[in-house]
Amino acid sequence: MEINNNQLLRFTTAGSVDDGKSTLIGRLLFDSKSIFEDQLESVSATSAKKGHQGIDLALFTDGLRDERAQGITIDVAYRYFTTPKRKFIIADTPGHIQYTRNMVTGASTANVAIILIDARKGVIEQTKRHAFIASLLNISHIIVCINKMDLVDYSEEVFSKFVEEFEEFSSKLLVKDVRFIPISALLGDNVVNRSTRMNWYQGSTLLNALETLHISSDINKIDARFPVQTLIRPQAGEYLDYRGYAGRIAGGIFRKGDEVVILPSGFSSKIKSIQVGEKLLEEAYAPMSVAITLEDNIDVSRGDMLVRKNNQPRLSQEFDVMLCWLNNMPARPDAKYTIIHTSNEQRAIIMEVIYKIDINTYNRETENKDLEMNDIARIKIRTTRPLMIDSYRDNRNTGSIILINENTNETVAAGMIV
Amino acid sequence: MNKYFLNFLDELESEAIYILREVWAQFENPAILFSGGKDSIVVTHLARKAFYPARMPFSLVHIDTGHNFPETIQFRDDLVKDLGLKLIIGSVQEAIDDGRVAEEKGKNATRNSLQITTLLDTIESNKIDCAIGGGRRDEEKARAKERFLSHRDDFGLWDPKNQRPELWNLLNGKCFEGEHFRAFPISNWTELDIWNYIKRENISIPSLYFAHKREVVLRNKSWIPVSQFLKLEDNEVVEVKKIRFRTLGDITITGGIESEANDLEKIVIEVAAMRYTERGDREDDKRGETAMEDRKKKGYF
Repeated sequence: MEINNNQLLRFTTAGSVDDGKSTLIGRLLFDSKSIFEDQLESVSATSAKKGHQGIDLALFTDGLRDERAQGITIDVAYRYFTTPKRKFIIADTPGHIQYTRNMVTGASTANVAIILIDARKGVIEQTKRHAFIASLLNISHIIVCINKMDLVDYSEEVFSKFVEEFEEFSSKLLVKDVRFIPISALLGDNVVNRSTRMNWYQGSTLLNALETLHISSDINKIDARFPVQTLIRPQAGEYLDYRGYAGRIAGGIFRKGDEVVILPSGFSSKIKSIQVGEKLLEEAYAPMSVAITLEDNIDVSRGDMLVRKNNQPRLSQEFDVMLCWLNNMPARPDAKYTIIHTSNEQRAIIMEVIYKIDINTYNRETENKDLEMNDIARIKIRTTRPLMIDSYRDNRNTGSIILINENTNETVAAGMIV
Repeated sequence: MNKYFLNFLDELESEAIYILREVWAQFENPAILFSGGKDSIVVTHLARKAFYPARMPFSLVHIDTGHNFPETIQFRDDLVKDLGLKLIIGSVQEAIDDGRVAEEKGKNATRNSLQITTLLDTIESNKIDCAIGGGRRDEEKARAKERFLSHRDDFGLWDPKNQRPELWNLLNGKCFEGEHFRAFPISNWTELDIWNYIKRENISIPSLYFAHKREVVLRNKSWIPVSQFLKLEDNEVVEVKKIRFRTLGDITITGGIESEANDLEKIVIEVAAMRYTERGDREDDKRGETAMEDRKKKGYF
């Protein structure tokens, strides 16, 4: 089994109860032989109890008691499967409008977003919402599955019409790679196995697309960024003077001997060593977790960032953010929040709501500026001290923030730096 | 393969190390919940790696039901000694003796859910503000909803419908006095990932995971090991089988599988071809559809 070079691909699926999202995930798991026999037995039994013919694939994704009772997904659920080519993590998120926060959460780490369109209905409001969120969260690849092709006689015309519709509205979005696949999740056409009923479609199956998409460029390997999480100081034995900076590389490549600048202090030094556990490395790149030591004894602490002299992030105290409000309690004007950016924590205040976005029409709203749960808005934020930021488009890790309500400790908003 | 791209095991390792370091940075007194099973052994290995060359800064907490495999306890004690760690033991037997909890009655009585009280007591009395566990989302449908950092209120309860959203890799571990967190650094690992990693890193694990001859009885389709704690039913026959364990829990509820796999190479191949889930041999999860969900809400691992 040569699995050692296999990559990890994270994808998100968004959809509502009836567009076949759960069935699609069930089909992917089932046909890729990721379902165990005891799970199959339990689902077969439940299917029979509910009076279904055959097995109801959607039951494989059943979650908590309330979700089963109501037939809905309340929270993001994560599922896993592996093929000989890749390991996959699915962030399964509900698609209702009130669950924008879950979609945003699931999308935040995804390489790929799967958007489902019901072949009987075509592009609906929800499709636009999903596409918008995928674009907002800068997901590199979108796969649009036109599902339930079995209910429209596997018609090429229907497929082409919806592809056209999708392309028309999505031209307003910033998405780099969109592909379309006609499928029937219920019957398995073009999910894992190639359909024999749609010879007009020459593209790949969904699984094949997931296995072969180029994802190596999804992570920024150009702009070297190393946020320091914590210090490693053994203070004993042969490591008496060892002073290591622990962190996960947030972008780019660092090499032994590289000259680096420490922000925000601006001091510079050279990288003396890079290691993971006992293993010493010549170079390391995002998203590796490493410990770095420097040639000079400089005061570096959590929240600082190692970068290259000629490639530095913006050092800024006031900047624009696309913010998604995640909490029941609306934003209070002039309230202070704790802001977390990489390993840095400061206090912040929302200076101005510039506009809100209607995620169904993509229109900007400048009248009503109250930020409520699931709202997405462009805001201006001010922090107590400068943060070392990049734009989210350039780097997801150094371009993202969350806001925490200091009275409740809850995460109330997620933001992408413009 | 692109030179600057991690394979999936390296990426999982990197993610877990990142979370362990965040836990260390964000909390005052974090500790690892150590059962002696493969998942908590992998977490301990990752923690060692995360802080090398310094000593891992977490104590190990063992919730001891008294119904242990002797091999697990030996392994635990050796590991603690090797790494120079502090071991905190929460004893279920003591809680029973003190009348804090009562033994279950009936045929399949176990001390599994009794652990909840001892676990919460131990967390409270040792002022642990973040208990790091080896729970994995692929194990069970309630665990599939877990966050990396999972909030527990001041009664130790989990509210799965009202969890803090976790975006990118930004973790919010803020809590009030009396509340605590659970951290799950290997959330995204599957059983097969664990085995591939144990093999790659050559991590030592209890001998129970390798095929060995043992006295067992067939109960509820699993081979349950004979021990001083097992009450045999009239119709049950003790047999000697070559078995190994896929998971380790209490000796009273952990069923073995017949196997010839006596090294890591063979275990990886066996697990890859496995047709049943690993918790399928755990009596604690056979108690109904929402057995894990119910226990977890009350504060279980």
